Amino acid sequence: MSVQPQMPKSWRSETKPHKFCPGCGHPLILKALGEVIDELNIADRTVFGCDIGCSLLAWDFFNVDTIQTHHGRTTPVIVGLRRANENVIGIAYMGDGGGYAIGSQHLVNSAARDEKVFVLLANNTQYGMTGGQMAPTTLPGQKTETSPYGRDTELTGPPVQGPEMVAAISGENAYVARGTVGNVRQLKKFIKKAIQNVMEGRGFAFVEALSLCPTNWRTNAEDTWKFVEKDMATYFKVGEIKVPGEKKEG
Amino acid sequence: MTKPIEGEKKVFMTGNEVVAWAALAAGAEIMYGYPITPQNEIMHYWTRMAPKYGRKFLQTEDEISAGFTCTGGVLAGKRAFTATAGPGNTLMQEPMSMAEMMRIPTVLIVCQRGGPSTATVIYSQQETTMTCYGGNGEGFRIVYSTATHQELFDYTIKAFNTAWKYRFPTFVLGDGYQSKMRESLSIYDPEARNIEMVRAEPYVVKGGVPGENRDPAHLRNTYNMEEELYEVIMDHAREYEKIAPEIIEYEEYECDDADVLLVAHGVVSRAAKGAVKELRQDGKKVGHFKPVTLRPFPEKELLERAKAAKQVIVIESAYGQLDKLVKSHLYGCSTPIAQYFRPGEGITIEEVVQETKKYL
Repeated sequence: MSVQPQMPKSWRSETKPHKFCPGCGHPLILKALGEVIDELNIADRTVFGCDIGCSLLAWDFFNVDTIQTHHGRTTPVIVGLRRANENVIGIAYMGDGGGYAIGSQHLVNSAARDEKVFVLLANNTQYGMTGGQMAPTTLPGQKTETSPYGRDTELTGPPVQGPEMVAAISGENAYVARGTVGNVRQLKKFIKKAIQNVMEGRGFAFVEALSLCPTNWRTNAEDTWKFVEKDMATYFKVGEIKVPGEKKEG
Repeated sequence: MTKPIEGEKKVFMTGNEVVAWAALAAGAEIMYGYPITPQNEIMHYWTRMAPKYGRKFLQTEDEISAGFTCTGGVLAGKRAFTATAGPGNTLMQEPMSMAEMMRIPTVLIVCQRGGPSTATVIYSQQETTMTCYGGNGEGFRIVYSTATHQELFDYTIKAFNTAWKYRFPTFVLGDGYQSKMRESLSIYDPEARNIEMVRAEPYVVKGGVPGENRDPAHLRNTYNMEEELYEVIMDHAREYEKIAPEIIEYEEYECDDADVLLVAHGVVSRAAKGAVKELRQDGKKVGHFKPVTLRPFPEKELLERAKAAKQVIVIESAYGQLDKLVKSHLYGCSTPIAQYFRPGEGITIEEVVQETKKYL
């Protein structure tokens, strides 16, 4: 008899094992998300949108209605859907390239308009699907396929501070946090509060999750965790950044 | 809630106002839009009238977003639409290509302005190719080219029905002249004319619990294998070709014995028709063929008329966009085809008469 690994109910077992690389951070984020969907019992009214980039591999991941869109365009698709049906809990899932580069105007304006959607963004400091190019979030000195000698901040700027930007432009009732796959319990808490924020129609919600990409980082297990917990943490402060009417944690 | 239009009434209004009324009458539930001339007043009228009838509006950050939010509205099961022009239409091609791939029945009203680039805010027929074949795809879309305000009203209503019946993105191709000029027409409640509106249905959140009492909707536009994509595209192609005969529309004017056949679409067909009238008074055998649907194109019907004629003249406010369509559909026809191109400029009856006389 084989023992099944423990999976959230909202995960679709027929499509497991999933399609992400070994050691990828996405499944950890999606596990936290799946558990929150279970706990809030919202699978029947959730629409999960996934972007282009590695996030698209989640197109059949959940027992939840899912729309895989274009690169950077998941936010407007989910926004348009939520505008048309206010009962929907809209989740737009994307990477740092999708959210901070090609789709940045959508993230900025959706936050500014206080759309009642939840944007969940995996930050792994580069473009995974296309083979590891520099992203807005690439760390100074970090080698990628398009910064082979290391990111030169004089030429390409510093790593984008996504949640801080969203917090700066969103309304009073937005929920903004940065979690990490290095602390899934905390990340799950942030995701839950984010979803509750849109469920209750309070305001925009945004969570960035620091994620892993050993494939493109070319790191072993030890260095992978060191990169996310030490190197990334130097530039990206983990914790809640904006909590409507509550005390922040972290 | 009262209907936007009870029965039928005579009005005198601009084309943009016509579109807003038509969308209301058609039961459009939400418009997504971004400002661009000459389309703006569609939004202006919509935002004034929509709340009175429980309809919604979202002004987005750009046309990419207007198009994608519109796909979201449609996926939610609403009759949703957007409108744009020129460079906005360029940006709109990205969401419309997703609509094409995923068979999302979006409705897009195009108010053609001069091109390429920013060009003029006035008028042209230079968005013909892009509206028919834009995006990285095959042009599996339905495009109605309108010539009068009455057509603008009729086909805007029809666009919602065609889109939802066949599930291909549907376009009403107007232009800046139609947007801005006033003209008289009848506006009506579709029911008063026994036009049944095709029901809009959600693609997601359809009731039930996914994974428990129904399968989840997993909608995608990405495929891993060549063979997978090939199957999907060929399915679309077969479906498109099957339904094309039901969708094709065209208008013929004095074509029966025409030696010279004037082919024009949209507002230019009015000049062509006027020229035919004038030349017929002098006993000249001239006729006019107007494709109303540019996609799918009334190929057989045009071919028949072109074969019987001695000369075809393609007349358009672009440099050969309709001409390319006509030529590709008249393959094998030996009747010579002449051109009268005025990119970005209006065309008068007098010009068409003068041009046609060269071939009489």
